[in-house]
Amino acid sequence: MFKIITKKQLNPSVTQMEIEAPLVARKAKPGQFIILRVDDEGERIPLTVAGCDLSRGTVEIIFQIVGATTEKLDRKEAGEYIEDFVGPLGVATRTDGIKNVCIVGGGVGCAIAMPVAEEFHKIGARVTSIVGFRNKDIVILEDEFKSYSDRFEIMTDDGSYGRKGNVTLPLKEMLESGEKFDMIITIGPLIMMKYVVETARPYGVPVTVSMNPIMIDGTGMCGGCRLTLNRDGKRITKFACVDGPDFDGYEVDFDEAMSRGRMYFEFERKSHEDTCNLFKAKGDDR
Amino acid sequence: MSINPKKHEMPTQAAAVRATNFDEVALGYDAGVAVAEAERCLDCKNRPCVEGCPVNIRIPDFISRIKVGDFEGAYKIISKSSSLPAVCGRVCPQENQCEKRCTLGIKFEPVGIGRLERFVADYHNSHDGENVEKPKSNGHKVAVIGSGPSGLTCAGDLAKKGYAVSVFEALHTAGGVLVYGIPEFRLPKAIVAKEVDTLKKLGVEIVTDVVIGKTLTIDELFEDGYEAVFIGSGAGLPKFMNIKGESLKGVLSANEFLTRINLMKAYKEGSSTPVQRARKVAVVGGGNVAMDAARSAKRLGADVTIVYRRTENELPARKEEVEHAKEEGIKFEFLTNPLEIIGDENGNAKSMICERMTLSEPDESGRARPVPVKGSEFEVEADCVIMSLGTSPNPLIRNTTNGLDVHKWGGIIVDEKTGLTSRKGVYAGGDAVTGAATVILAMGAGKTAAQAIDEYISAKK
Repeated sequence: MFKIITKKQLNPSVTQMEIEAPLVARKAKPGQFIILRVDDEGERIPLTVAGCDLSRGTVEIIFQIVGATTEKLDRKEAGEYIEDFVGPLGVATRTDGIKNVCIVGGGVGCAIAMPVAEEFHKIGARVTSIVGFRNKDIVILEDEFKSYSDRFEIMTDDGSYGRKGNVTLPLKEMLESGEKFDMIITIGPLIMMKYVVETARPYGVPVTVSMNPIMIDGTGMCGGCRLTLNRDGKRITKFACVDGPDFDGYEVDFDEAMSRGRMYFEFERKSHEDTCNLFKAKGDDR
Repeated sequence: MSINPKKHEMPTQAAAVRATNFDEVALGYDAGVAVAEAERCLDCKNRPCVEGCPVNIRIPDFISRIKVGDFEGAYKIISKSSSLPAVCGRVCPQENQCEKRCTLGIKFEPVGIGRLERFVADYHNSHDGENVEKPKSNGHKVAVIGSGPSGLTCAGDLAKKGYAVSVFEALHTAGGVLVYGIPEFRLPKAIVAKEVDTLKKLGVEIVTDVVIGKTLTIDELFEDGYEAVFIGSGAGLPKFMNIKGESLKGVLSANEFLTRINLMKAYKEGSSTPVQRARKVAVVGGGNVAMDAARSAKRLGADVTIVYRRTENELPARKEEVEHAKEEGIKFEFLTNPLEIIGDENGNAKSMICERMTLSEPDESGRARPVPVKGSEFEVEADCVIMSLGTSPNPLIRNTTNGLDVHKWGGIIVDEKTGLTSRKGVYAGGDAVTGAATVILAMGAGKTAAQAIDEYISAKK
């Protein structure tokens, strides 16, 4: 059992928690993830590490309520326990040799992008952060991004905050104006990452994308998280849990990944509804 | 006294009934049948069966105890050699091991050794009164990585010798392939849990949610005071065919399918684990895992066909499993190889293009090599395709352990007699060494390593 130390709501559907897991805290690096189960009947879900506090032995996670499991997790309060918390899994984000980095985050993906920005800031790289949200109400981690970035752009789809438009807009402007990034790292919805890659392509800037496919064990056993890379004219199968979650954006078959991501969509939707109804039946109609 | 030429039948759930539930198929002998079957044992002098057992259970001795109705005595004899008798009695391929060598088997059917082992273990588990004696501590610590058959065996043997053993398990439940792979209808989870409990009573500590190679490294285990480490991390990433359409929705590995059903309990009504309720399932492969996947899919209501590129004679699965699968209405397409999986407009699998094969001269594995028959392509309907083609070793430990030599294909290199790896104090066994094999071979490797670890630590004293 793992104790929830703190809990904070970042926006109406995104929650931040610190979980007591000293062994994981000791090892976790930006870009890696953990797998948790809320209770003994629950599914295993992967969440990227959003930060660690070594002295307190805690690991920070940030999650969006999207399904039954995240709904159940969000009902837990500080001081309560979750059943399982294992990690750190996956390969940490590569930082060596990168002196000028652009970090492009979208929505809850910003929770993962933030510690990456922090890490690059710590090692003295020049950090440009571009973050995008649907609207003003769901903006998260703005202060953190600002403090780790040499340059910061915030975008909203409806223009209710920052500039109106997609994250690719300022990215394109920067690249056009001759900005020479060593690397663009993008974390967010698949469709956004796909367009970040397409925006960068004409300029030949390397792009790292952070994949978050369906996963079960997370330790290289089930193969559920596989994705296809196009490399040297060949199609190669890779596993996000042990080979990733970071991949070369130019190689990833995004269309396939998007299709595979919807595999259990109907089941999830029903399961989420059932969970909500269950809580409602208990007289809690949040 | 005349000898019954045939083994006593194993009572089973009727095929039509069991194909719709996940309850155990084989129901087990009762005491009367067990004694009668035991009577068939000739108690011959040269005891070839013991040689045929990878963990060398003193088979005629435990059978002799059954003959006189001393079932607890029989259990004591088995448990000296095996830490998981209720498991082995169910999943060992006895027909290729102890029973294959049985003297009685020269003229008649061999003694049903596996069925007797299962009877004894089940008898003990339903009658035991917490009477496991915790051995006296010898003050030495050993770490075991993985709680599958090799790890549990190694841990059990060392605990019996007084070692303080910690077993590190990456998943949330102990048992490895026994809980994530082998389905409930063949090996009930409660049986595995019971065997794990017995080990805990012996003093074995089970630490779940720790991935060695990630949460902790082998070097850190030594720093923490463990004097030796056994790696029993099991099989790894599933293999795929690399054919077109393999990433369509509805195409998955047997590992994923079985993990969802077993470990994640999708076999239970109302489980929150998503699992596809397919109409027509094609399982590609012919091993025990393929049979498990096919029979599980059947129980979820699908029409299931196993596609295998050689003939029935070459099926690597146990005969008993193949028979059970057939009885349950699983169809087989032999000499058939998938070429491509076709999807619908939403990216869901809908059919599979296959070609017929014919057998040619034996290949390096000694099995007849299948070669395609030109122009024999045909299409089979399938909204779910389960790939059961074996696995390649998990990279997590080899990538984080300096000085650990591995084969080109990823398996850990060990000395066969001891299980010792290229690192001092580090031993390995099971699928992490051999690639996908059987439960009992993994147990044998765990046993060998436990012996070697004991000798290694004793010599240091």
